[in-house]
Amino acid sequence: MLDFVQQLVSGVALGCVYGLIALGFVLVYKATEVVNFAQGDLMMLGGFFAFTFIGMMGLNYWIGFAGAVAAMALFGMLAERVVVRPILGYPQFSIIMATIGLGYFLRSVAGMVWGTDDFKIDTPFSQGVLRIGSLVLAHDKLSVIAATIILCALLYLFFNKTTLGTAMRASSENMLAAYYMGIPVKRVVSVVWAISAAVATCAGVLLAPITFIHSNVGLVLGLKAFPAAVLGGFGSIPGAVVGGVLIGVIESMAGFYLAEGWKDVAPYIVLLAVLLLKPEGLFGLHVRKKV
Amino acid sequence: MRFLFKTDYEDDIRLFPHSGYVVSYGILLALLLIAPYVLSSYLMSQLVFVCIYATVGVALMILTGFTGQASLGHAAFLAIGAYTAAYLQKYNVPFPVYFLAAGVLTGCIGALVGFPALRLQGIYLVIATISFAFIVEEILARWESVTNGNEGMRVKTLSLLGVTVPRDSPTFYFLCLAVLVLTIVGTLNLLRSPTGRAFVAIRDSETAARSMGVNVALYKVKSFAISAAITGLAGVLFAHKLSFISPEMFTLQLSIEFIIVILIGGSFSLHGAVLGAIFIVMIDPFLTYLKDDMPGIIAGIAATFGAGPATAGNIQSKVAAFASLNGLKGAIYGIIIVLFVLFEPLGLYGRWLKIKLFFQLFPLYKRATFKRQKIYVKSERNR
Repeated sequence: MLDFVQQLVSGVALGCVYGLIALGFVLVYKATEVVNFAQGDLMMLGGFFAFTFIGMMGLNYWIGFAGAVAAMALFGMLAERVVVRPILGYPQFSIIMATIGLGYFLRSVAGMVWGTDDFKIDTPFSQGVLRIGSLVLAHDKLSVIAATIILCALLYLFFNKTTLGTAMRASSENMLAAYYMGIPVKRVVSVVWAISAAVATCAGVLLAPITFIHSNVGLVLGLKAFPAAVLGGFGSIPGAVVGGVLIGVIESMAGFYLAEGWKDVAPYIVLLAVLLLKPEGLFGLHVRKKV
Repeated sequence: MRFLFKTDYEDDIRLFPHSGYVVSYGILLALLLIAPYVLSSYLMSQLVFVCIYATVGVALMILTGFTGQASLGHAAFLAIGAYTAAYLQKYNVPFPVYFLAAGVLTGCIGALVGFPALRLQGIYLVIATISFAFIVEEILARWESVTNGNEGMRVKTLSLLGVTVPRDSPTFYFLCLAVLVLTIVGTLNLLRSPTGRAFVAIRDSETAARSMGVNVALYKVKSFAISAAITGLAGVLFAHKLSFISPEMFTLQLSIEFIIVILIGGSFSLHGAVLGAIFIVMIDPFLTYLKDDMPGIIAGIAATFGAGPATAGNIQSKVAAFASLNGLKGAIYGIIIVLFVLFEPLGLYGRWLKIKLFFQLFPLYKRATFKRQKIYVKSERNR
């Protein structure tokens, strides 16, 4: 029983990271119908920025964190402007390829700049543990869970209470209609990319104490975030987080209770099963097809 | 230029539109046949890889280019073909038998993958095929009694009708070339048959195809099965060429390379698959060439523009250091993909078509001929 709870907590913590990456997918997908295969690499780059600010320049953790988030938000806008905007409205295949190319590029450049070693960021939560009875919960895992909850609340408030958030919801419903209603769709899309890169950076920094940062971490985790996004229904923000948590828990349980090797494939088996039984995901909208 | 007046259906489905094609392909084939006696053994080995990649490219072109079903899992089909060959070889099964067996087995597995894919479209299909590839990779690594796990399997030298065919010999190259040519001719014939027409109809509009009486589900599964089977056949050749296979050779990276083959070749044509294969295989020797010769060339240019020998030497060492950076290949890959998607979405073959059309219509050529149409109305979810 104790093992079970322990596994559950670490699964939820890992799942929150998947959820945050999946959140980036979903934000971009909802706004522009673009699936950003470079999302994991944005996360990796955010982690490296934070490492540069905190580990190499010796800044305070929180200042470094904020600096990395701001830098990555700008970078997200830049990536949207250079790579995605010219091909918006073209078939999805081209856009998928463009973001795969972007991911390749970011991975290799990060490998060139920072090297291919593992890096670690010292966080205020690195050492502490919380003891409840004989249950031992590491602070860094709890911090991931807490940060995910805070981020989700912030995003919820942003989308539902601010004008810009409403504009985003409008342009994600129908880009052309939003444009006719005077919403600056291009700027909105830029901001969406900035937000998704910022969320990815949070995931990268929070992840740093759990699995170290290296140039391939984005590929590995980005591909785990796909099942999360699909499980939740690709267009749903709460779905992404719930899907991420489910995937994290499934992975952690499979790693503990099943034979070796199941851990890595369990998320994909679940994904295939979900796609077979309920292709629109748990929270996805079921839209009728019009001819 | 030559005007082609098509007056009946027979003209439309002809394999070679006019005699010019026969002559140019004939010359190309003749050049390929004398290649082993002219080229160096290194280039020959690259040419064999071009043949194998082009075969997979054609297979993927059937699925992605002509039926509109994107797949990022073709490395798994290649792996299944390669492992089938290596496993059956242990029991002294002759080459023709395990070659066909690999094709049939991967075809069946492809059909099985095609069934879940029926309900999926676009991005969901891509993700489903990625998952399939991961599961296959994990099975290959864990099913040690058959696949020998992570230690990999040794593939014995190919023996065809009692004659051994080493992987560097011209005969092996001819075998690969024959498989490629047969695949291309077979695919061309497939495309002018009702099945091929149904594939293209499904790509262009599934709903329209269904309303014309095309059994969409059946043809999608067929497309998956055919594509997988050809990839499996290529896998057998791949295994023999490498002479050693292990699970970490068949990763997502390889699937992406196959997609790059058809993206960079482009233009929904079999020419594109072959051009893309040449591109992706030749990028490695090209980078090596750049690494070895580029610093010297740049230093030479600097010297002719008045830089002293010390400065030139300095430039040379800096360029050499840059060229030997670790991730340079990946970065160049990434830039090439992005640039192709942004500026040449029709790929290399599309560029060739544009050049040809420019000379054919010389004073009247319009740049907008090949312009793609943007679809701003929401796709997928609201369609």
